[in-house]
Amino acid sequence: MAALVVVMLLAWFNGRTKAMASAGAHPSTLHSLPGYSGTYLAIWSVLPAFILLALFGLFGDLLLNLQMRQNLPADIRALPVEQVELFMRNARALAFGGTASETSTALQEAAKAYANLSRISNFVVIGAVILLTIGGFLYARGRLGKNFRARNHVEAVIFGVLVVCSGIAILTTLGIVLSLLTESLRFFSEINALDFLFGLKWSPQTALRADQVGQSGSFGAVPLFAGTFLITFIAMVVAAPVGLYSAIYLSEYAKPATRRIVKPILEILAGVPTVVYGFFALLTIGPFIRHAAETVGLSAQTQSALSAGLVMGIMIIPFVSSLSDDVINAVPQALRDGSYAMGATQAETVRNVVFPAALPGIMGALLLAISRAIGETMIVVMAAGQSANLTANPLEPVTTVTVQIVTLLTGDQEFDSAKTLSAFALGLVLFIITLGLNIVSLRVVRKYRERYD
Amino acid sequence: MDTSVSPATQTTDTPAVQQAPKVQARKVNVFYGNKQALFDVNLDIPDRSVTSFIGPSGCGKSTFLRCINRMNDTIDICRVEGDILLDGKDVYARDVDPVILRASVGMVFQKPNPFPKSIFDNVAYGPRIHGLASNPEELSEIVETSLRRAGLWTEVADRLDEPGTGLSGGQQQRLVIARAIAVRPEVILMDEPCSALDPIATARIEELIDDLRNNYCIIMVTHSMAQAARVSQHTAFFHLGKLVEAGPTEQIFTNPNDKRTQDYITGRFG
Ligand SMILES: Nc1ncnc2c1ncn2[C@@H]1O[C@H](COP(=O)(O)OP(=O)(O)OP(=O)(O)O)[C@@H](O)[C@H]1O
Ligand SMILES: [Mg+2]
Repeated sequence: MAALVVVMLLAWFNGRTKAMASAGAHPSTLHSLPGYSGTYLAIWSVLPAFILLALFGLFGDLLLNLQMRQNLPADIRALPVEQVELFMRNARALAFGGTASETSTALQEAAKAYANLSRISNFVVIGAVILLTIGGFLYARGRLGKNFRARNHVEAVIFGVLVVCSGIAILTTLGIVLSLLTESLRFFSEINALDFLFGLKWSPQTALRADQVGQSGSFGAVPLFAGTFLITFIAMVVAAPVGLYSAIYLSEYAKPATRRIVKPILEILAGVPTVVYGFFALLTIGPFIRHAAETVGLSAQTQSALSAGLVMGIMIIPFVSSLSDDVINAVPQALRDGSYAMGATQAETVRNVVFPAALPGIMGALLLAISRAIGETMIVVMAAGQSANLTANPLEPVTTVTVQIVTLLTGDQEFDSAKTLSAFALGLVLFIITLGLNIVSLRVVRKYRERYD
Repeated sequence: MDTSVSPATQTTDTPAVQQAPKVQARKVNVFYGNKQALFDVNLDIPDRSVTSFIGPSGCGKSTFLRCINRMNDTIDICRVEGDILLDGKDVYARDVDPVILRASVGMVFQKPNPFPKSIFDNVAYGPRIHGLASNPEELSEIVETSLRRAGLWTEVADRLDEPGTGLSGGQQQRLVIARAIAVRPEVILMDEPCSALDPIATARIEELIDDLRNNYCIIMVTHSMAQAARVSQHTAFFHLGKLVEAGPTEQIFTNPNDKRTQDYITGRFG
């Protein structure tokens, strides 16, 4: 890699010099600036080699394995698929100096062959890279000249790189959505979709062996979504008023100096890692709520929807306040002036003119905060527990969709069971909900922006 | 420099009764931070007539206008010295609440700024916050009279619950005037009320101003000499933060005392 960078720099200077030379005493007669010629040369020297390296990195192992499998002794090839896989894994481990779970002469030999093969292929690739670099350099250098349209070629390459990058982002998203969809479909082929969406009981333990009893597993997602919405609701009860009022204070009442200090402090809240909020909830808020509940004669546990909701509310205050602050600031000063000129006080102006004018944008900010709260996991794992209670009592432990996805996928499980697949179905529903919320809120915010711009 | 509009020189279409000036400025100096925007302004403004402020951009017309209803209070760096008397009472006295002052000194801005509310609620805004109506019927009555006075009633009577922002620019400006009238002010300040409007809408507003003159003291900033000549009875000319000359409009336009006034009016600088 480092070598490629050096080559690139050299090529750039060389191309530039050659372009200058070809123009003689009149650089302005060149079609493109000398820098473009340099860039062109650099691209041709480095890009093909780089692509080869990338391809080798991606598919090299695959080829190597294929090759090796063909060289395996016949008796091993006759073994069942899993055992062949195991043999190969051991051979690879040995080849790179690791330890294998068993050793045999066949294995030793295979390992040696593998090591050889990989050394040879490395040499081949390095050789090819060097050849490509030199070839690309010479080819491009041959084309440089006074009338060569280096700029257009460079622009085309830059365009290509940009397209590839945005393509990667879009394709990844598409891939994620597709895998969510296909895995969810597999889940729904085993479990009725209606049972999943409207079932009231969540206990995803399925029988691993036919002789186990009482482990039929039930996948009613309602308790999870109820838990999610309960916690989100509590969080919004905290975050909406506090965030909104601090936004109003910041944008309408605070002096510029105060604002310069307070706003960043609020935004620091957004930078606290959620796991920190999590143990804050578990170690401080949770016990406090339990004591408080006990003194008034209610029973409560340390893990409760209330403590998770409260802490999550604190976490999303900066979202609400910072977004609302922007929206309130976008309300034209002329409206405030109009209200003051009517003899309205500042509070009357805020309540009757500024707030209604900013309302659509504030709604958008709240919706964004909600979708953030729905997706939050860490705080809930720590503060609300993992038991899928269907309850509206905020003092009881509940669990949320995201927490269940985590527990479903982190346990020791075979990948194809309904239990793991249900995580994809949960993820899909959650994705649809937050996507819907985001679309609605962005649209609301945008509509509001248009009105005053 | 110490000029004042004396009631005796009023034009013939206002009754030549001796009356005290509605608004008086005494040695008014205004500063934005360290920068002085107005220098020793002394001016008397009569009631029930239109007084226009003219002068090149940045000479302090708006600043002076905003002193009268203390809108400058909303600008942190703005400081006002001297006295501004409304009916002989200093509006900058400690015991004067700017909120109450602004109910009797209404203001109309350059760009129409209806609130994002219905037409009805726009006009009802002031009466509501000042508690001028004791029941809904009374409120509707105030809204109707204000809209009638602003010459907008016939155009909006059947769509009072539509948003005020949906009206045309000229209608919006009349809506804003109706909104100002609804709190029964004595003085109405207008800062270039027609500069965002087309000629026809402008003519409507000028007509309206001429009507309103019978009941209010109207003070208007304008960049149009023709407009000042058409609608105002008194004119004050500002230049570089100083009040250069003030008097009956006719005299200012036909026979100004100061060379600078003459130059400005004849378009030699601006
Ligand atoms: N909010 C403010 N902060 C600082 N300086 C200001 C402010 N408002 C006005 N000024 C300054 O005060 C002076 C007078 O401004 P003012 O707005 O009163 O002029 P104007 O006569 O109304 O001009 P125009 O005809 O362009 O409206 C100008 O030099 C201006 O730069
Ligand atoms: Mg102005």
